[in-house]
Amino acid sequence: MTTATSIGKAVRRHEDPRLISGNATYIDDVKLLGMAHAAIVRSPHAHANILNVDVTGAANSPGVVAAFTGADVQEQLGSLPAGWVLADMKTPNHPPIAFEKVRYVGDAVAVVVAETPQAAADAASLVEVDYDVLPAVVNAEEAVKDGAPQLHDDAPNNIDFEWEVGGGDYDAAAAEAEVVVKQRMINQRLIPNPIEERGVVADYNRATDQITLWTSTQIPHLVRLLFAAVTGHPEQKVRVIAPEVGGGFGCKLYIYAEEVICGVIAKLLARPVKWISGRQEGYQATTHGRDHIADVEMCGNRDGTITGIKTTVYANLGAYLSTFAPGIPTVLFGFTLGGPYRMPNVACKVYGVLTNTTPVDAYRGAGRPECTYVIERLVDIFSKETGHDPTEVRRKNFIPKFTDGHEVSTGVTYDSGDYEPALDRALEMLDYGAFREEQRKARSEGRLIGVGLSSYVEICGIAPSAVAASLGAGAGLWESSTVRVHPTGKVAVYTGTSPHGQGHQTSFMQITSSELGVPFEDVEVFHGDTDKQQMGTGTFGSRSVAVGGTALYMSLQKVIDKAKRIAAHQMGVPLQQVSYESGTFYVEDIRERNMSWGDVVGEAYSAKNLPPEMEPGLEAVTFFDPQNFTWPFGTHIAVLEIDQDTGESKVLRYIAVDDVGNVVNPMIVDGMVHGGVAQGIGQGLQEQAVYSEDGQLLSGSMMDYALPTAEDVPTFELDRTVTPTDVNPMGVKGAGETGTIACSPAIVNAAVDALSHLGVRHVDMPLTAEKMWRTIRDAKAAQSD
Amino acid sequence: MGHEISVTVNGNSYTNVVEPRQLLSQYLRDELNLTGTHVGCDTTSCGACTVLIDGRAVKSCNVLAVQASGADVTTVEGLADGDEYHPIQKAFWNEHGLQCGFCTPGMMITAVDILSNNPQPTEAEIRTGLRGNLCRCTGYHNIVKAVQAAAAEMAG
Repeated sequence: MTTATSIGKAVRRHEDPRLISGNATYIDDVKLLGMAHAAIVRSPHAHANILNVDVTGAANSPGVVAAFTGADVQEQLGSLPAGWVLADMKTPNHPPIAFEKVRYVGDAVAVVVAETPQAAADAASLVEVDYDVLPAVVNAEEAVKDGAPQLHDDAPNNIDFEWEVGGGDYDAAAAEAEVVVKQRMINQRLIPNPIEERGVVADYNRATDQITLWTSTQIPHLVRLLFAAVTGHPEQKVRVIAPEVGGGFGCKLYIYAEEVICGVIAKLLARPVKWISGRQEGYQATTHGRDHIADVEMCGNRDGTITGIKTTVYANLGAYLSTFAPGIPTVLFGFTLGGPYRMPNVACKVYGVLTNTTPVDAYRGAGRPECTYVIERLVDIFSKETGHDPTEVRRKNFIPKFTDGHEVSTGVTYDSGDYEPALDRALEMLDYGAFREEQRKARSEGRLIGVGLSSYVEICGIAPSAVAASLGAGAGLWESSTVRVHPTGKVAVYTGTSPHGQGHQTSFMQITSSELGVPFEDVEVFHGDTDKQQMGTGTFGSRSVAVGGTALYMSLQKVIDKAKRIAAHQMGVPLQQVSYESGTFYVEDIRERNMSWGDVVGEAYSAKNLPPEMEPGLEAVTFFDPQNFTWPFGTHIAVLEIDQDTGESKVLRYIAVDDVGNVVNPMIVDGMVHGGVAQGIGQGLQEQAVYSEDGQLLSGSMMDYALPTAEDVPTFELDRTVTPTDVNPMGVKGAGETGTIACSPAIVNAAVDALSHLGVRHVDMPLTAEKMWRTIRDAKAAQSD
Repeated sequence: MGHEISVTVNGNSYTNVVEPRQLLSQYLRDELNLTGTHVGCDTTSCGACTVLIDGRAVKSCNVLAVQASGADVTTVEGLADGDEYHPIQKAFWNEHGLQCGFCTPGMMITAVDILSNNPQPTEAEIRTGLRGNLCRCTGYHNIVKAVQAAAAEMAG
C-alpha cells in the first residue's frame, strides 16, 4: 500500500523541527561540567626544524590548566595512520603535534588548556617556538624535481607513490588515430567549507577508563577504531558521538590530530577538554581537495569516434597522508577515465606528491570530479578538432544501454546504464537548436554566451569490501544496521551511516515505514553514536542509502520473517501460507484469519507461546557488503554569459539530468543536486586555495576564499531518468555527489564555447573575471595579428 | 573588569556583567545558553550568527555584548510564537530550505529582515538580500523558494 510517506515520496524532513527552532546540538553546543578548553599553537612556517618550544609563559598565564609540547606527549599521541595503502607507497610518520619538524603552515606545535577559550587563546600567544626555517615547496610538479626541498626522509623526491591503471594500448591507438588532442589541465585546490568548522569534546572517566569523544565527523565508528589504534586505548572503552554535524563534504572523514590530542589530554588531566576550530584555523588544519596538474590527451578518428584517453597526473597530497588521501587521486580517479563512452584504450599514471601544504583528501566527488573534468574537457576539444557538434560526439561514443553489467577497459564493471536519454532530456530542456540560434544573434550584438555539456558516470555506493581492500582500503566498507521493534510495536532503527545534512532519518523512516507497513511516526532513526549503533562505517562516497539503506532493508526483511513465523505458529498454519501487508499478517486465501502487527510483536515479547526453539524478542542486525559499486550517470548543461568588458561570468541557466537509480525521497535527492552544483559552479568560476611560493595560505579566510553566495548561482532546472541497479534490492545508486562531479566541466565548456569564435581552446579554473578579461583580450589580439 | 549590561532577548530581560571584549554571539551562546545562534567564521563572512537587533538583521559576531546593552534582540529561539512556527520557519521546513541546518538560524533571521523591508521581493532581490549569509548545502535554490513561500503566506 502506498502512503504519503512511502519510498519515492517527497516527505518533508523529520530532522527539521530541531534545526529550525535552534534546538539541535552541534559540537560547540556540547558543554560538560568542569570542561576545559584547548587552543592549539600552529606553525606560521611551511617548513622548518623545531629548535625549541617553550610553554613556560603560557603555563603561567591566568586560567591555564596545562600546556604541552609535541615532545611532552609524543608517546601518548602516536602517529596518524594512512587508511588507504597502495603498493610501494611511503607512509611517513605523522605526529599529531610536531616535535622535530613542521611541514605546513598550520602544523600543530603545542597545545594549551585553560578554563575558558579566551584564556586558552591568550596563553597560546605566549608559547615561544624557535624555528630554523627551511625552503618550502607547494607545487606538486616542482616538488618532484631534483633539488626541491625534501619533506620526509623516507619519501625521496617527495614522491609518495606512483600508480597506474589502464586498458587496451593507448600508445598504439594514438599512433593509428587520425586525431590526437593534448592539453595541460589544472584542477585547482579547493577548501571544502562546511559552514560548521570542526570541533572535539573529550571526556575521560578515570574509574572506568572510558573515553567519550564528541566530534564533528562523518565516520564515528572509524574514529573509534583509529583513535584506539593510534593511542592504544582499548577500543571497547572508546565511545564516539557525532552530534548534529554542520556539513562535511568529505573534510570530516578522517582521524584528525585534534581528536587524538583532546582524547589523550582529557585522559592525562582527567577532565573534559573542548577544542573548536576557528575558520582561519580550519583553513589551515582541515583537509583540502583536488589539486591536480594533469597532462591529458585523447585520440580518435575524423568521424568523431574516440579511441583512447591518456592522463599523467601530479596529485598534491599536502604535507602528510590524510586517512583516505592515497585512494582519491588513484582509484576514484583512474577507473572511470572512460566515462560513459566506449573507450577501448586508457592509460593513467598518477604521481602522489608530498608538499608543504595542508593535507589533501576527499572533497565532495573526490577524484571523480577531476576525472570527469579531464574527460569532458577533452571530448569538447576533440569535437572542435574533428569539426563535430559536441552533443553528437557524446551520442556517437556512448556505451549502448545495458542492464546487467558492462565491463570497461580499466577492468571495472558498470552496473547499469542508459546514457542517451539523459542527454536527450537535457538538450530538450535547453532547446539546444534554439540556443545556438540565440548564440549567433548574441554574437552579432557583441554578447558572449556559450553552452557547455558534461556527461558523466561516477563510482558510488562505496564499497564492496574485498574490491576496495584489493585497491588499498585499510578497513572493510560494509554498512551495518539494527532494527529493534519495541514491545509496543514502535520501531527503533540504528544505522552506522552518519549524516550531516543528508536527511537519513527521514529517508530511513520512509524505508522502514514502507517495508514494515507501520506508520511513519512510529519509527525513530538513531545514528552517530557508537554506543547505540555499535558497528558502522559512515557517510561518504554516496554510499548511505545504497549500502546503509540496504543494510536497513535487509534487517527489516529479517524482522518480517521472524514475525511471520510467530504469526504462523499462533494461527496454526504452515509458514508458507502467511503473508504480511501493511500491518496485518493473514492466511493466504482466508483474509479474515489474521493477526495485527501489534499482536505479533506482543507475542514476540510476552514469549508465552512462541514456536519451539525460537528466542523471544524482535530485532535484527545486518552487515551488508555489496558485490559491486553503483554507477550513477547523467548529463548536465550550463549556459554562461561572459561580460567582455569586465570578464565576469554569469551562469544564465543550469540544467541537470541525473540517473541515480530508484529514489527514496526525491525532494532530498534534488537538494543534494542543488548543493553539489553550487559547489561545482564555485569551482568553475571563483574558488581557489592559493599558496605563496614559501607556503603561506593566501586564501586563508572566508574574506579571501570566494564561496558562492545566493547571487552567484541561478535557479537550477532538474530532471531524472531512472535506471535501477541490481547491486542492491532497492535499486538505488546514491545521489550525494553528482553535482560536483558533473558541473565544473560544463561551466568551462560553456566558457570556451562562448569564446570559441575568438580561437580560445581551454581556460583553467577558476574562471575569474580577471582571467577571462585577459583571455578575451589576448585572443582578440592574436586574431588581429 | 566587567561591564554591566541589560539586554532584552526574545522578550526576556537579562542583566549580566560581561568582559569588554565579549562578542554578542558569545554572550548569547555562553551566558544565555541560546546556542541556536551559530558561529561559522571569524571574519563576519558567513552570517550564521545573524540575529535581529531592534528589528534589523545584524551579525552578532561583529557586535560587542556591551554595544547591545539596551537593545531588543531576537534569536532563532525567539522566532516561533509559542508552539506556532514563524512563517519563515514553516517555509524553510516545507520547501526543504535546509540540509545540515548550521546556517539556517542566521539565514531565517536575514529572511525575516528582507521581508520586513520588502514584503514582496523579486527573486533577484531575495538573492541580493541573502548574499551576506553563506550556505554550502542547498545551493540556495530552496532557500530562495522558502523566502518566496513565506512572503506569500505573510501576505495572506
